[in-house]
Amino acid sequence: MSETRPGQERFVAPLDETPLRAIDAVDVDAVPESQWREAWKRLRRSPLFWLSSVIILVLAVMVAFPGLFTDVDPYARNANNLSNQFAPPSEGHPFGYNFQGGDIWARTVYGARASVAVGVLATIATVLLGMISGAVAGFYGGITDTLVSRLSDIFFSIPLLLACIVVISVINNIFPNRGFWGSVSVVVLALAVFAWPQITRQMRGAVLEVKNLEFVDAATAIGASKLTNLRRHIVPNALSPVIVSATIMLGVFIVSESALSFLGLGLPQNIVSWGNDLSDAQTLVRSGQHLVVMWVPATALAVTVLGFVLLGEAVREALDPKARKS
Amino acid sequence: MTTQPVNDAPLLEVKDLKVGFRTGKKAVLTAVDGASLSIYPGQTIAIVGESGSGKSTLAHAVIDLLPGSGHVISGEILFEGRDISRADRKAVLALRGSSIGLVPQDPMSNLNPLWKVGRQIKEALVANGVATGDAADKRVVELLEEAGLPDAETRARQYPHEFSGGMRQRALIAMGLASRPKLLIADEPTSALDVTVQKQILDHLDTLTDTLGVAVMLITHDLGLAAERADHLVVMYRGKIVESGPAREILQDPQHPYTKRLVSNAPSLASQRLSSVRARAEVREQAVQTASEIAAEVAESSSALGEGRDDILVAENLTKIFTLRGSKPWEKIDFAAVEDVSFRLRRGTITAIVGESGSGKSTVARMVLDLLPPTSGNVIFDGKNVRDLKGRGEHLRLRRQMQPVFQNPYASLDPLYSIYQSIEEPLRTHEIGTKKEREAKVRDLLDKVSLPTTVMSRFPTELSGGQRQRVAIARALALDPEVVICDEAVSALDVLVQAQILELLNDLQAELGLSYLFITHDLAVVRQIADDVLVMQNGKVVEAASVSEVFDNPGQEYTRRLLDAIPGASIPLGG
Repeated sequence: MSETRPGQERFVAPLDETPLRAIDAVDVDAVPESQWREAWKRLRRSPLFWLSSVIILVLAVMVAFPGLFTDVDPYARNANNLSNQFAPPSEGHPFGYNFQGGDIWARTVYGARASVAVGVLATIATVLLGMISGAVAGFYGGITDTLVSRLSDIFFSIPLLLACIVVISVINNIFPNRGFWGSVSVVVLALAVFAWPQITRQMRGAVLEVKNLEFVDAATAIGASKLTNLRRHIVPNALSPVIVSATIMLGVFIVSESALSFLGLGLPQNIVSWGNDLSDAQTLVRSGQHLVVMWVPATALAVTVLGFVLLGEAVREALDPKARKS
Repeated sequence: MTTQPVNDAPLLEVKDLKVGFRTGKKAVLTAVDGASLSIYPGQTIAIVGESGSGKSTLAHAVIDLLPGSGHVISGEILFEGRDISRADRKAVLALRGSSIGLVPQDPMSNLNPLWKVGRQIKEALVANGVATGDAADKRVVELLEEAGLPDAETRARQYPHEFSGGMRQRALIAMGLASRPKLLIADEPTSALDVTVQKQILDHLDTLTDTLGVAVMLITHDLGLAAERADHLVVMYRGKIVESGPAREILQDPQHPYTKRLVSNAPSLASQRLSSVRARAEVREQAVQTASEIAAEVAESSSALGEGRDDILVAENLTKIFTLRGSKPWEKIDFAAVEDVSFRLRRGTITAIVGESGSGKSTVARMVLDLLPPTSGNVIFDGKNVRDLKGRGEHLRLRRQMQPVFQNPYASLDPLYSIYQSIEEPLRTHEIGTKKEREAKVRDLLDKVSLPTTVMSRFPTELSGGQRQRVAIARALALDPEVVICDEAVSALDVLVQAQILELLNDLQAELGLSYLFITHDLAVVRQIADDVLVMQNGKVVEAASVSEVFDNPGQEYTRRLLDAIPGASIPLGG
């Protein structure tokens, strides 16, 4: 080999410097990590997640046991005492009284229940509707897809609040006086009926992507029926974008309920809710006096929505760590 | 050294280079560890290694294109005697493109889809100050012509999506050579292309760099290809250079155990060896015998679907026509993906279907698997026409006796299922055994594919590609099938892992008397494993014969072209 040039002589690395490993060896000590467990691990490290969890936990306790936060029950017969109108804060009444002589803090604590009930129930209903319709549209395709997609387009084109205003005022005219759960369910239904297309679109897109993956073919070749395949493989793998949307949607629904109540259409006046309290407070904004009546429920509302939006953000990052880099 | 003439100094010298990636606050992952090499003007050298060996990182360090947290830790990179690893950014920028060109790996993602091809090459010319304005436009056409694109003037005005993969790679070569660099780094320039296109492109690159006197640093995973194209080889393994020297010398007399492994396992080289042909013959003999015992059982049993025939799988005139959208909304175009394909798979043997992308081979596999209904023609499984199967019961029995292993080990396992759940799924679907019996079966299957039972509770993302493919094989074997359809089952794997999986498939065949339908684009692999071959082109069968006939005496021009395109086939081997 006379043509070998300097720097290109035959070289063989000593074996002890470059030990050979078994081909494709399995790391026996590794700990099993499912996708969900991995997401949970990332979630645990996220300060956003802990902040939002604290907010949501406090809120949950408030909903379940409002008595822990205040000794006053705004639903009691003598809860409002006009002699207390705009009375300043006192022992046990940290923010004082409103126009009707009701305890502002107690009303805000009890109001959480209505807001959270609407938010949670409307989210569950929306996700169920959207998930099923989206999965069916994406999986079966063809005419089913066209029907579901066009129907969702129609609902999507109607502004959420406007549609709810119309529907709820019609129902209010037909069935007045429905009690707490009756009123809540009307708002929930109205919201769900007009909000599902967002979830449908996401679910449809995700299902379209997943259904062409090879593990779906593998399951079919094993003998799994179409429905089994959809249920066991496709939907679970298409779920993460929906979970993220659902968390954020919860916040949106809570705001929507308040907005509707503020307009006098959500929950009736006899139900204590943040929206109703804000609605009562609006006359005070003009005079600029006793603004604390507005600030307390408004802050509660803002913090709650923030909690859910932050949770959504944290979950999104945990489920899709790639998205964070961009 | 003193006798060397001045003009024969190395163009590029890499000395004891160490490249690392920051993985945490202090943690550094060393990707290249103490690499040294030299390239002389006009010379072609090849860096060979598996994925993760550091070969691309080394090349990217030379051209200062290390991604994100990558950086040179120590060592020197001397280009024409100047250390460019410590040069300031401006100097490197001036060098990049004008003196060192790059042909990237993936022609699909390395062209901007929104720019005309000509404009992208012009950009390279302008950026390097070679030409501007009309002169540049003219040069673009010349460069494209030079890269072997016919009708270059029109081509320059087209968008990347109007180009095929091979044409895009030619455009990228034109771009890499735009400013007449002294060194061209070609990072797996043809791995994404079909073999025949690969050969054309590499041949062209060879002549081009020869006439222009450009030195080439070829990065590849294919030892055969490297030896065929380069004078000097550098073999990398886990960040270190394990062996380097003249190409032929290394191939004929590998010294380092890793190089030995590579030389004996690279399919393009291994397929030449008679020893592998003999080994295959032994496996087949054993498999055919086991299979005939099974056939006898099947013939007597009433629960099995088949009749125990010798031809376990027969395809008769399979045709699949897809209706595509035409250029106008009301137009429909019929596209025959598969046309009149017939073959028979004998019990205990392997029939391979070979073809390039778009040949329709995978469509055949899907039709045979009853995942896609044929437009016409029949699939006959052990004497039973699949079309005539009645009810879910009979279909399930067919599924039980014929199982697939798919190409992409990253997509063929449900990421949410643990390995145990994945392998158990077929048993659960067919309601076989109690929970305990199923667990015992899964353990047994894992043992068959040589995986430790500790992987049962793990998830696919935690395993390597080869390990996932083992799991997929275990899942396919869970129902004790007679036929396994392997659709490009080893194509996505590194050579050594590929050889390992092929061996596993061979062993399993001998032990269980399986019959395989083996779909692949790689003729070299076919020789190692198959008994009969079906060569497909554009949806049609061009040649069908036994492996030895096809390799020794190909009857068709197309088959001959495919055989010629196997890299490294012409290199004589020692041993």
